[in-house]
Amino acid sequence: MIRFALGRGISLCLSLIVASLVIFAVIEVIPGDPAAFMLGVNARPDTVAALRAELGLDQSLPARYLDWVGGMLRGDFGTSYTYRTPIAGMIADRVWISLPLALYALILSTLVAFPAGIYAASRRGRAGDIGVMGATQLGVAIPNFWFAMILVLIFAIELRWVSAGGFPGWEAGFWRGIGALTLPAIALALPQAAILARVMRSSLLDILGEDFMRTARAKGLSRRRALWRHGVRNAMIPVLTILGLQFAFLLAGGIVIEQVFFLPGLGRLIFQSISSRDLVVVESVVMLLVMVVIVINFAVDLAYAAIDPRLRRRG
Amino acid sequence: MFRILTATATAMLMAGAAAAQDSVRIAIQLEPPNLDPTGGAAQAIDSVLYSNVFEGLTRFEADGSVVPGLAQSWEISDDGLTYTFRLREGVTFHDGTTMDAEDVKFSYDRAMAEDSINAQKGLFADIAEVTVIDPATVEVTLSRPNGSFLFNMAWGDAVIVAPESVDDIASDPVGTGPFMFDRWVQGDRIELVRYEGYWGEAPALARATFRFIADPTAAFAAVMAEDVDAFVGFPAPENLVQFEADPRFQVLVGNTEGETILAMNNAVAPFDDPLVREAVALAIDRQAIIDGAMFGQGTPIGTHFAPHNPDYLDLLDLSPHDPDRARELLAEAGLPDGFATTLKLPPPSYARRGGEIIASQLREVGIEADIQNIEWAQWIEEVFTNGDFGLTIVSHTEPMDIGIYADPDYYFAYDNPDFRDVMEALSATTDPVARTDLLHRAQTIIAEDHVNAYLFELAIPTVAQAGLRGLWLNQPTAAVDLTGVSWAE
Repeated sequence: MIRFALGRGISLCLSLIVASLVIFAVIEVIPGDPAAFMLGVNARPDTVAALRAELGLDQSLPARYLDWVGGMLRGDFGTSYTYRTPIAGMIADRVWISLPLALYALILSTLVAFPAGIYAASRRGRAGDIGVMGATQLGVAIPNFWFAMILVLIFAIELRWVSAGGFPGWEAGFWRGIGALTLPAIALALPQAAILARVMRSSLLDILGEDFMRTARAKGLSRRRALWRHGVRNAMIPVLTILGLQFAFLLAGGIVIEQVFFLPGLGRLIFQSISSRDLVVVESVVMLLVMVVIVINFAVDLAYAAIDPRLRRRG
Repeated sequence: MFRILTATATAMLMAGAAAAQDSVRIAIQLEPPNLDPTGGAAQAIDSVLYSNVFEGLTRFEADGSVVPGLAQSWEISDDGLTYTFRLREGVTFHDGTTMDAEDVKFSYDRAMAEDSINAQKGLFADIAEVTVIDPATVEVTLSRPNGSFLFNMAWGDAVIVAPESVDDIASDPVGTGPFMFDRWVQGDRIELVRYEGYWGEAPALARATFRFIADPTAAFAAVMAEDVDAFVGFPAPENLVQFEADPRFQVLVGNTEGETILAMNNAVAPFDDPLVREAVALAIDRQAIIDGAMFGQGTPIGTHFAPHNPDYLDLLDLSPHDPDRARELLAEAGLPDGFATTLKLPPPSYARRGGEIIASQLREVGIEADIQNIEWAQWIEEVFTNGDFGLTIVSHTEPMDIGIYADPDYYFAYDNPDFRDVMEALSATTDPVARTDLLHRAQTIIAEDHVNAYLFELAIPTVAQAGLRGLWLNQPTAAVDLTGVSWAE
C-alpha cells in the first residue's frame, strides 16, 4: 500500500509539473500585451515600457515561469497585473461564492435526481417512468443560461421575489447570501439533475436484474424494501463517480451562469482576466483548479485501493 | 443630438416612492481594473472616480466646458508660458491631510516622471517645471505655449493625489472629492460614502454603489427588477423602447466624445492611394449603419470631430453615400475589379454589428473585406501596435483627439506635414477665433484626404428610475458625476 501511494504521489507531482508547463505556455502565446492593453490607445511607448518593467514582463519567459512556480510553492500566487492586488486574496474572496454555489447546486440536483431516478426505475416502462425520462430529456437539452434567463424573468422581474443577480456578500447574512445563490443554483442544477437521474435509473435497473435482488425478494422482502436496502445501495457506486465529476464541473464551469447573474465568482474572474490579459491571474486560477482535480483523483485512487486490494497490485 | 425621451411628468408620479432616499445604485458595464485614474486607460476607472473621489485643478462640466476645480483661479502670462494657479483654501484629502501646492507639484511630477505609467503622459509633455510659490499658489511653466493646457488638466489622468496615500491608490484611492472610497467587492461593486469634510457644496447623496454588469441580458434584468437605480451606458439598445414606454423609468440618450471611424491603414496598398480611400468612404451609408447596428442612436460625422463641439464643421458633403462614384474611383485607381482586405473588429457592438453592415456595403462596390473578430488586447497588439490590418472599426473616445492625425506613427499611419503645421500652430494659439479657424482647417484637411471613413459620433444611453435627477446626459469625459445627483422630492 505504501509503495502504491508513493507511486501515485510521484505521478501526481509529474502531472502537476506538466500541467503548469502547459498552462504557462498556452497562456503566454495568446496575442496581446497586458501592459499595452492597460494603457490604451494614447499611451506613449516609453510609458508602456515602464509598465512592462514594473510588472516584470521584460524578463525572459523561463525566468517568469520559475518565478511563478516558485511563488506558488511558497503559497504566493503573485500579484494581479490589472487589479494590482495579491492573487491569493482574490481567489479566496471568489471561492466563497463559487464553492457554496457548486455545493448548493449539487445538493439540489441530488435531492431531485435521486428520488426521480429511483421512482422511474421502480416504474419501469410505465407512465411514471416515461414522464420522468421525458422530463430529464428536456433537462439535458435546455441550455442552462437560457433556463437562467427564464428564471430571472419570472422570479426577479415579474414576481420580484429575488434580485436579478449580484451577491450581497456573506456578511449581509447567511440567508441573504443563500437567497442570492438560489436562482443560479437552480439553473446550474437542472442539467446535472437530469443527467444524474438518468444514471441513477439505469444503474438501478442493472442492479434489479442481479441474482442477489431475486434472493432478497425470495427471503421475503417487499419490492420496496428490497429496492431500498439492496438496490439503491449498490447502484450508488456509478452515481457517486458521476457526482464527483459533476462537482469539479460545477466549480469550474459556472462561468456562463456567473455571467448571467453577475456573480463575482471564480468563473467570472477567469473570464475578466482573459479579456484584460491579466495573465498571472488566469495561470494561477487555472492551475489551482487543475490542482484540485488532480488531488481529488489522487484521493479517489487511494480510496479505491483501500477498498479493493486488487487495484494495489496493478498500480 | 441629445434628447430626453421620457416626459418628466411621469417622473412626478414616482416621486412619492423615492422621497427621502439618499443613496443610489449605479450600474456600468465594465469593472475598473484598479482605482488609480493616473495609472491606466480603462474608462471604468474614471466612470467611478472622476469628480466623485478625485479632482484636478480644472474639471469638466456636463456640457464639456472646463471650469475651476481645485484651482480657484489662475493667471496666464502674456507669452502663454506661465500659469499661476491660486488653489482653494481648506481642501483636505479623505485621510484628513491638507491639499496644498506641494501635492499639485507631486502629482504632476509623478505623471511626468521617467518611470511614470500614466496612460495620458502626453498631456503633460509641454510642462517644463512645476514650482511651489506658497502653500496656496503653484506655478506651472510650459516649454512652449499650449492652448489646450487647462483642458488637458481637467482629464481624469491629471487629478491631484497625495504622496502620503499614493502607494495604495490602486486599491484604496484617497482623493479630495465629495465622496470617499468605502469598499470594493471585486467583481461585484464599489461603494462610496459622502466625505463630510468636503470643501465645496455637500452632495445630496450620502452613499453610492457602483455595480458592474457586463452581460446585456443581465443588464436588462437588473434594471427591470429595479436592482439598480440607473444604468449608465446601457448595453442593450434594442430594449430602450420598452423602457421608454414604462413610467417607472426614464431614458437619456447623450453624446460621447467617441468618433466612431472605419480606420484605414494609410501605410499599405491600396489604402496609401487617396482615390481608394475616397472610394471606401463613398461606399459607406452611415445612416444604414446607425439604424442597423446602433438602433438609430448616433450622429453622422464627416470628419474626426465631435458634432456637439462649437468648433465642429459639417463636412458630410465630402463623403456622401455614392456607390457608383466609388466604383469609378476604384477604376481610376487601377482597381476596376476591386480588391480584398481584412476588417478587424474589436468586441463592442458598434464594431461587430457595424462591421457586418460595412462589409456588405463594401462588397457592393467590389471590395471584399474579410471580417476577423478579435479581443481588445489582441486589437491593441495587432492593429494598434503592429499596424497589421487593412480596415478596422473603432470609436476614439478621448475628448478633442484630432491631434492623433499629426502622428505618422499612429496606427492608421497618416503622414501629412501640412496637417502637422496646423496642429503646431493650434498649440501655440490661445486666441479663440484663431483657434476655431485652425480647427476648421484641420478638420477639412483630414476629411478631404479621406484618411479614414468617418461614421458617427457614439451615443450613450442611460436608463434610470424616473425619480433620479442630475445625471450627466452627455459624456464629455468618461464620468458618472454624482455631485449633482438627487432623488425628486
